Amino acid sequence: MTNGFQIVVCGSLVPDPLQTLEPVTTPQGPGLKNETMLPSVLDPWSAHALFEAAHLAKQVAGSKVWLVSLGPKAKLQQLMMTVAQKVPFELVALDGSASGFTDAHGVAAALADAIGAIPGLDKSRLLVFGGCASASRDASVTMQLVGERLGICDQFVGVDEIHVQADGAFSVLERIEGGEYLASTCAGAPAVLAWATGNLPEPPNNPQIGMGNMRGVMPALQKAKPAAVGVGGIAYAKTEIPAQKRQTRIVKDASTDEIAREIVEWIRQ
Amino acid sequence: MAKIFALLHTQADGSFPKASLETLAAAVNLNTQLGGTLTVGVLGLNAAAAADAVAGCGAAAFLAVGDQAVSQPRYATDAAAATALIQAAGAELVVAPNTSRFARCLPGAAHRVGAQIDTHIVALCGEGGAVHAQRWFYRQRILGSFSRPARPWLLLVDGGVNPAWQGAAGAANARPVAVAFTAEEQRTTVKGVQAPAADAQTIRPDAALLFVAGAGWTKKQKDGQAHIGEAGVLIQAFLRNAKASLGSSKSLVDIRSEGQDTLNFMSHMNQVGQTGSTPRHPKGLSTCCHGEEPHVVGWRFINERRAVNLDPNCGWAQGKADVVYVADAFEVLNKVTAMLTAVP
Repeated sequence: MTNGFQIVVCGSLVPDPLQTLEPVTTPQGPGLKNETMLPSVLDPWSAHALFEAAHLAKQVAGSKVWLVSLGPKAKLQQLMMTVAQKVPFELVALDGSASGFTDAHGVAAALADAIGAIPGLDKSRLLVFGGCASASRDASVTMQLVGERLGICDQFVGVDEIHVQADGAFSVLERIEGGEYLASTCAGAPAVLAWATGNLPEPPNNPQIGMGNMRGVMPALQKAKPAAVGVGGIAYAKTEIPAQKRQTRIVKDASTDEIAREIVEWIRQ
Repeated sequence: MAKIFALLHTQADGSFPKASLETLAAAVNLNTQLGGTLTVGVLGLNAAAAADAVAGCGAAAFLAVGDQAVSQPRYATDAAAATALIQAAGAELVVAPNTSRFARCLPGAAHRVGAQIDTHIVALCGEGGAVHAQRWFYRQRILGSFSRPARPWLLLVDGGVNPAWQGAAGAANARPVAVAFTAEEQRTTVKGVQAPAADAQTIRPDAALLFVAGAGWTKKQKDGQAHIGEAGVLIQAFLRNAKASLGSSKSLVDIRSEGQDTLNFMSHMNQVGQTGSTPRHPKGLSTCCHGEEPHVVGWRFINERRAVNLDPNCGWAQGKADVVYVADAFEVLNKVTAMLTAVP
């Protein structure tokens, strides 16, 4: 691997998981109540993909990381205040809806076009990273559709581990059913890797990295192209939060024996 | 008349996984509701013979791709085979299982045949010639009902929401569909499945009980000391005796990636919740876990929920569990395991 990888990470913002979400109907289709006001975070599985990308770029000399992010420009700017302090990357911003109700096909087309337009992109060195599913749409199809549009036919979904060899070939572990992994090897780039959690902790904030990234982030946000993504071909009939509150019985002063007996009876029922 | 295509795959031994049979049941049901014609396509090792096992499903035709190239799951060859099957069937509605194999390759196949695709379908019905589907958005927080007028339309059905198809085997006379696999499509080599040793496997999708451990197991206990080793022994003994599947909160598995001492048999694979799995089990028992919303969204498909926690105001007590026991999980689990070990 003489020239390193070009690692393009697809990842956008999702509502902070601690927020309460309430669906509403808008002229554009379903949305979330106070959506523009909800605090956002980088989509968790995409965040793992970004950290793994930075880790890989550090290991393979000559590699570079881009983050391609589709979301409302103002919210992307807020998000970058934290994300940009984590790992070095160059931002490619697309200004459009990050709603979970947008159609993955339109989103994939916008992302693939943005990746294809990165100056100096060399497909023989290209690794496209992203989350195996978003915490918003949670469809698990966008990365594969992006890969198809870029003509990449080596794709891996639910990745937890990649090991790159000196010649650029790599081995991958993908999550499958029942807590097992599918182990594969690939001849090398180009490839799409849709990540699960990987094995890396979240990097601490590093102000120096932040300053380096922010020099490119602001111009990238200023020239963010509008992406006309929406519900596309989906005809929504209803979005709802089904009632799920339970009448919780709180057992406070029972002995350990009593509690254990009740649990055992319940397990055996 | 709607052309419905049940696209199934086989597993390592050449038989159908349960998810394929559940999907077939959904497709048969949809076909009845729409008064359409059903075709069954099978992809994978022993595909034609596997089709015989579902010969009695009422399909008008059976198609198969069973080449060596698709004997193991691989994106490029699976996508090529699925594309060929969908095209050969002239399918308008493709119903397939949302397994890891098809979740990986069918979005690509959908793109190649100019189809739309939706995944994680939990309800599917045909009414007045239209097809209506349901799936969850925002990680099991919002349920959406929707349709798509475009065809072809691929729908990947989640496991555990339909009964497995049962019926007579016979001679399906599956028509082999030829696929010209290229060398480019075989740059990836599948080495095999990595599974923990049978006695070390803690994730059991078919278990009746999900047991979730939270970060509290690694914290200091009443004596001011952490008892991680003892916690590990206790939990593993409980799992063996209760035949339960092990889940974890994010905070517990994160401890490991941060390099701190924790339960050595726990990994991110066990994680349940926002960035983990959403397993389906009839019952769930949470211990030493606060029941915060990002974790509890992973419990969406756990019917009966109980929790053991020292905090009577924990998240579980806020209408998220049926019963909360305010007690020391070490003591309770010790006693429960002893009772399970004893003859009932």
